[in-house]
Amino acid sequence: MDFLRPETLAEALALKSERPDAVPIAGGTDVMVELNFDHRRPAALLDLTRIPELREHSSENGVVRIGSGVPYVRIIDELGGALPALAMASRTVGSPQIRNRGTVGGNLGAASPAGDTHPVLLVAGATVEAASARGVRFIPATEFYLGVKRNALEPDELITAIHVPATRAPQQFSKVGTRNAMVIAVCSFAVALHPGENRVGAAVGSAAPTPRRATEAEEFLSGELTATGQWESPKPLLDSVKRRFGELVAQAASPIDDVRGSAAYRKHALSVLARRTLGWAWQDYTGKAA
Amino acid sequence: MRVNVTVNGEQRQADDVWEGESLLYVLRERLGLPGSKNACEQGECGSCTVYLDDVPVCSCLVAAGQAQDREVRTVEGLAEGDALDPVQEAFVEAGAVQCGFCTPGLVVAAHDLVNRVPDPSDPEIREALAGNLCRCTGYEKILDAVRLAARKKSAQQKSAR
Repeated sequence: MDFLRPETLAEALALKSERPDAVPIAGGTDVMVELNFDHRRPAALLDLTRIPELREHSSENGVVRIGSGVPYVRIIDELGGALPALAMASRTVGSPQIRNRGTVGGNLGAASPAGDTHPVLLVAGATVEAASARGVRFIPATEFYLGVKRNALEPDELITAIHVPATRAPQQFSKVGTRNAMVIAVCSFAVALHPGENRVGAAVGSAAPTPRRATEAEEFLSGELTATGQWESPKPLLDSVKRRFGELVAQAASPIDDVRGSAAYRKHALSVLARRTLGWAWQDYTGKAA
Repeated sequence: MRVNVTVNGEQRQADDVWEGESLLYVLRERLGLPGSKNACEQGECGSCTVYLDDVPVCSCLVAAGQAQDREVRTVEGLAEGDALDPVQEAFVEAGAVQCGFCTPGLVVAAHDLVNRVPDPSDPEIREALAGNLCRCTGYEKILDAVRLAARKKSAQQKSAR
């Protein structure tokens, strides 16, 4: 095995193009587990922790660009105001030790259906910045997840950043597990209100081969809120609307039975999470509008 | 490969390190520092917690090569000579140690907390220790130890002023 240790992004991209079999490693919270358990024996490791550009974040024209190597702890401490749901999801990742090391870039690279930040990136309208020696391209989160642990990256590409629109509108994230710390989600859910576009975003995690949007639930709720003029003058949501939203979210999932939970439980839990998080987000919106 | 790393203030060198090896393995098996414990090897138990450039991490999840030219502080590096750190004293005095396997990781995690947060609340203590598993104590004595450590620490800082 080779250990490749680029000091600059240009060097990293050149190495990845020469060695497409090299596995990128940042926080190591996924990659090292695979190595420790002999599940994976890559020909090379490409260490990204020495590249300063990947560890910065910046904000421009209402969009936050988060370097792929920024650890969760900094998203929580530094970006909670602009990116509420991403910070919420980051708080639920692992433990302090894991949040000190793990990165959104790694979450995307691993593309586990259970990754905590995925539903948030889907509802917030995030874009993945992927670079190679050939150039840079931008992949919408909605087109990034292709299958279980498969993503849209080419073999010579590295994730360099994630672009997430900043918002002042309510967002929520919630996840089911056996305790608060150190759990892989049984299922998870994110919701985002986009009042400027009269639109709601909703997405499920750990309940299908990929994280995915609950499109019918989004359309139902967006239509309902728009038709009743509630973006301008919000009123408490009818229970029937919240319940229908939850049902449609559950329908969007195609979970499996596994050690963490049954498919039936996951669907039920998702409908509850959807109803609850929508309630919180809407209460927040009603308070803000009043 | 060769790895050069500062450990507990001392420049150390490890040779014949396998590229996929963890920092934990290097510390325990190559540098003779068995304080950090090896248990789950997947970041679940926190027994291998060390400081890497002043940030607590699971050393089982740090590739050895990532520690090159960095500073590591292990549980062995907390005491000054024979004088235990206040956190270590507190663990002894509160009876927070039973089998002792989780203790080094918990001591490092608690050390980080009381150095960052002068008077931590119970929820803050629980959150700070959420990445460390103990199967003996039921955690109550550990919480006592961290509260005591925080008091010792602030007393120490007051007397230093």
